[in-house]
Amino acid sequence: MQSLLANLDLPLLIAALIKIVFLVFLVILPMVAYSVYAERRVSAIIQDRVGPNRTGIPLTLLGFKKDIQIFGIGGLLQPMADGLKFILKEDFTPRSVNTFYYWLAPCLTMVPALMTAAVMPFGSELDLSWAGLGAPIPMVIADLNVGPLYMFAISSLGVYGIVLAGWASNSKYPFLGGVRSSAQMISYEISLGLSIIPVVMIFGELNLGKMSAYQDANGWLLLPFWGEGLSLSRWVLLVPIVISFVVFSISLFAETNRTPFDLPECETELVAGYHTEYSSMKFALFFLGEYAAMIIGSGLAVTLFFGGWSIPFGPVLSKLTGLQFHFQAGSTPFYTGLLHIGTFFAKIVGCIIFFVWVRWTLPRFRFDQLMKLGWLVFFEVALLNVFLTALLLWLVPLK
Amino acid sequence: MPTILVQRPKLAWHEKIFLSGFINGMRITLGHAIRTFKTLRGSKTVVTMQYPEQKWDESLPEHYRGAPALVTDEHGRERCVSCQLCEFICPPKAIKIIPGEIPSDDPWAKVEKRPREFEIDMIRCIYCGMCEEVCPEQAIFLRKDYAITGTSRAEMVHDKEKLYEIGGVRTGLVNKWNDLK
Repeated sequence: MQSLLANLDLPLLIAALIKIVFLVFLVILPMVAYSVYAERRVSAIIQDRVGPNRTGIPLTLLGFKKDIQIFGIGGLLQPMADGLKFILKEDFTPRSVNTFYYWLAPCLTMVPALMTAAVMPFGSELDLSWAGLGAPIPMVIADLNVGPLYMFAISSLGVYGIVLAGWASNSKYPFLGGVRSSAQMISYEISLGLSIIPVVMIFGELNLGKMSAYQDANGWLLLPFWGEGLSLSRWVLLVPIVISFVVFSISLFAETNRTPFDLPECETELVAGYHTEYSSMKFALFFLGEYAAMIIGSGLAVTLFFGGWSIPFGPVLSKLTGLQFHFQAGSTPFYTGLLHIGTFFAKIVGCIIFFVWVRWTLPRFRFDQLMKLGWLVFFEVALLNVFLTALLLWLVPLK
Repeated sequence: MPTILVQRPKLAWHEKIFLSGFINGMRITLGHAIRTFKTLRGSKTVVTMQYPEQKWDESLPEHYRGAPALVTDEHGRERCVSCQLCEFICPPKAIKIIPGEIPSDDPWAKVEKRPREFEIDMIRCIYCGMCEEVCPEQAIFLRKDYAITGTSRAEMVHDKEKLYEIGGVRTGLVNKWNDLK
């Protein structure tokens, strides 16, 4: 015990704890709440409606002249009101359910989604020398060398929540929703996993932080305009990268149960799908778990294809302005560290808006179409893409 | 029987895999989003009415069926003679009338009856207007009041006083009780 305590790296633990609190409780959970708000507002403007515009920060009650508004539209406190409503609602457990699994299912949806945040590099590094800390702190909770593998392993646990919810509810519609969801998520996990193999081959790396750093120095995978990105090889490799990006993003839609693949909860056929029998905060956990999975999925897409936390044209900007906008291990200034964090979350917000935009544009797939697309198109395309990448890497090798 | 062979449209490759359909759809929704967002920024809404601040009272049509109410005529006489036809026709049974006699020293003694109590339960009322239609004395009308609220069930029952307050005065139409006739 004594030796264990002596070997504990206390500063590392404290730093990890602070990062967990910051990332999960101060960023991801509010982001989840506000992506629901974004969903409602964006769907409203797409359909020429107004959306929730009343629940504001009541500064006028405190004697200010105007309530806080962004872009001149109100309703910014709507997520708080929603949360309050969820807490105050009756938490009803039907008598016919299998209580243990019924209670377990919402946790199993929310927890994996948040656990995957551990390997997400949400910033380069923060130079805290002004606060007396020597070494800069890397902005990732766990710097695993198997980042994407860990993410797939954990996030595929999410399907248990849905299956258990459907089964434990002891009701027809949730059961059908659960069955559909398990079939769908298992099918699309294959193409999701296969589609990133070309990317991993190009990086030669499974560490998400190092992938971001590489893209920061040498151009994003989908935007190779600086550093080594200007080489012939990177431009030739753009072909498999675009294919794998298309397969990855479409599989991500299926994996997070978003329209056009929202069959597990299609309201016209299955009432509300697997969470029909849930109410109050347990329903909210399903609801928020879905959005959390969306945020984490966007985070992975951003890290793999859009340079993670890197500022577009970072090295070029550094050369032009004299300020440092790119990452340099050990000597990244404090403001750049903050900018990197901001850039990462700005990119995620963009992805979320795209998710919402697609949802309110496309109709839903039929179930057989969904399965056919997954097994007969994406699986093959992703597999062939691996060989194509290998061939191209052999013909025009990267430096 | 003549048959018509409908030629299927020849689709280009991008139409077959729904690529152009997808892009067109995204363009249309984006266009709507941007247009609506621009109008919202000036806090002007084109279609949606911001209800408690803006009301549609001015544009209510003449035949609007709001809360039912009793009316008095130009002489201040209660038009209702408590025949109870509205009470019997009322589909949700929202109307309750207790008839009363008009004393013989009243100037309108020849009308003989007027309601002693007249209650409409606004929780039950379905605004169908059958009471107005059936009334032989043109005494009950559906007015333009639509926001009927209350904090208790008792508050939602309109009594005679309230009904006359909403209804007000109506002139013309019924002259049979006037002196000339």
